Amino acid sequence: MSALHLAVDVGWGWTLALKTVVVLAVVPLAALVLGYTFLLKMMSHMQSRLGPMDPGGFHGWFQLVGDGIKFLQKEDVMPLHADRRVFAIAPAVVVVSTFLVFVVIPTGPKLVVESLDVGVFYALAVSSLSVVGVLMAGWASANKFALLGALRAAAQLIAYELPLLLAVVGVVVQAGTMNLQGIVHAQQDGAIFGWGGIGFPFVLTQFIGLGLFLVASQAELTQTPFDMPVAESELVAGYMVEYTGFRFLFFFIAEFGTAFAFAALAATLFLGGWAVPWVHGTAADVLGVPVLFAKLMLVAFVMFWVRFTYPRLREDQLQALAWKVLIPIGLANVVVTGIFKVAF
Amino acid sequence: MSSTDTPGLPRFDVEPGALRHLAEAQMNVELDTGDMILNLGPQHPATHGTLRLVVRLDGERVIAADPVVGYMHRGYEKLTEFRTYPQITTLVNRIDWLSSFANEVPFVHAAELLMGVEAPPRARWIRTILTELSRIATFYLFLGEMGLQVGALTPAFWGFRDREHVLNLIEAATGGRFHPNFNRIGGLKDDLPRGWAAETRRAMQAILDGCDDFESILVGNEIFEARTRGIGIIPSDVGASYGVSGSNLRASGVDWDLRRDGRPYLAYPEIEFAVCTHTDGDAFARYWVRLQETRESARMVLRLLDGLPAGPIMAKVPRVIKVPEGEAWVETENPLGQMGYYVVSKGATGPFRVKIRSASFSNVSILPWLLRGAYVPDVVAILASLYFILGDIDR
Repeated sequence: MSALHLAVDVGWGWTLALKTVVVLAVVPLAALVLGYTFLLKMMSHMQSRLGPMDPGGFHGWFQLVGDGIKFLQKEDVMPLHADRRVFAIAPAVVVVSTFLVFVVIPTGPKLVVESLDVGVFYALAVSSLSVVGVLMAGWASANKFALLGALRAAAQLIAYELPLLLAVVGVVVQAGTMNLQGIVHAQQDGAIFGWGGIGFPFVLTQFIGLGLFLVASQAELTQTPFDMPVAESELVAGYMVEYTGFRFLFFFIAEFGTAFAFAALAATLFLGGWAVPWVHGTAADVLGVPVLFAKLMLVAFVMFWVRFTYPRLREDQLQALAWKVLIPIGLANVVVTGIFKVAF
Repeated sequence: MSSTDTPGLPRFDVEPGALRHLAEAQMNVELDTGDMILNLGPQHPATHGTLRLVVRLDGERVIAADPVVGYMHRGYEKLTEFRTYPQITTLVNRIDWLSSFANEVPFVHAAELLMGVEAPPRARWIRTILTELSRIATFYLFLGEMGLQVGALTPAFWGFRDREHVLNLIEAATGGRFHPNFNRIGGLKDDLPRGWAAETRRAMQAILDGCDDFESILVGNEIFEARTRGIGIIPSDVGASYGVSGSNLRASGVDWDLRRDGRPYLAYPEIEFAVCTHTDGDAFARYWVRLQETRESARMVLRLLDGLPAGPIMAKVPRVIKVPEGEAWVETENPLGQMGYYVVSKGATGPFRVKIRSASFSNVSILPWLLRGAYVPDVVAILASLYFILGDIDR
């Protein structure tokens, strides 16, 4: 079902163009919002940083613009021994995987770029494409630190795909669909033991799933405590170490854009997405965007709070956590959810 | 081999088991991973300056590590031969630049010993206060930096924020935040400014609170403990044989502090203080010991302020300082460990020869032994926990 239903049918070409523009506009905007709110403001308050509070007068609003200008001015350096073509394509691959996730996230009953029946599956699949870009970047840089970072990233992203998937399976079992729109509807129209007053946000039953999802997405986003691929005190910047200027900006946008997408996914899967109790129809379309935004900012706040507080695990400890703790918990969660689904 | 021969292939009469063995041997050759040589530094965030570590890696495990020092060698020992005694304090406070004041003390003390001059009690007490303040400033950077090196961003900024209290105090008293150059042979340049004592009391309270903050965010954090416990263990005998000193050795269970056990200097014999030790000898123990020592130093400053004697701050010394012929060795407990000056005088206005024993140089000499078998992330945690200053290594 196509979204952005316009009053008149303008033909598939225009619809496609509009959808593309929406997705293209949302990703940098999302990165901007998260970067500004959490990286600059929240972190500055937590760490008593003075710099990001100063530029532009009021609360340092100009800092991010200044950073953007700085990135554009930087010289585009390419290492002598780099694999030039792969080196150039890698950031784009990473960013594209971020763009693709946004395609299926619904922001209202009718507001979704493309409502796929395999929605969740698609979202997780395309988000893990970024590891290809990361490996390309690390290998093509012809730098030992970058290579170590890329290998760590590959090992880590593969290990954490599984808990992420298991966390989502619980929700899918409960909703009976993989369509994200369907999952939101299931939460809006659901009932808690027959009482449908506020719908049925899945966080009430899938809180273990939410915890797993947050931990695993933190690893997928390579954020502290799982930021070994970029570990600045060990590998300087990991796979990004040779990138400058605009290409580095691409990685930056992808990092925060994906964080935004995962927060939106968590909000959709566990917190009811755009749904507001008792609001249906066009009103839900209007309210959907701010409601989803509020929910995802809540999730993102937790994600960044952890990021700025915790130290970093070691690579082997990270793997042990994934395989020995998270995956068994995820499997148990799926089994329990299945039993409840059949029993009730 | 089976009796049916594949046409076109030569036939071997080998035992089946032996063949499997051969195949396995072949496979091991193909899967053998080559060692990688990684240059950590001289420009690397974990080396706080220009230490270079040549690390031979198998995967991420260290097979051998070789520290290369000297990128920051400034030749201070030689330079002292061309300076007068009062000029040399400017040089020596650039050795360990985080605790400059503490560097000046042993040198000035050596010159005073040779001249037979003793600084008046008030000067000695103020020197002790400033030495302890510079110890706090140095350790505060460590307490935050250690968090940063294992990946926690926030403690680093807290460390910098609260160290500012101490630097402001040092600046108010001496005029310099990093390089006070405040010691004079026979005393101090100036007395403390008015209101300084009250301000210091307030700041020490902030420092003690800050230590609680570090304790709450790092000590007891599962990830921090997983990253530091059992990492980089220095047994006390090995540490002592490499010349490791200071908090690093105390974290290995050696109860040895020159402030208490060395030749008496400054006001240390006259005040009470505890020496902290830990039995584990790992990176966590080093962190813990420095955290306790920071607290102890803050309490010491409060105690010193309570008993600060009145009187002059300068002994009677000639206008042009000439040190009589002789040799003197003075060692002190500096923040980074044992700091010693061996001064040889031939009776001129400047020393004939000065040998500087700096703590970090000996502390990093244990690295090849210590890093063997560690993972790359552990290397960073170990480097951070040893806590060296490049100026103190290269001089």
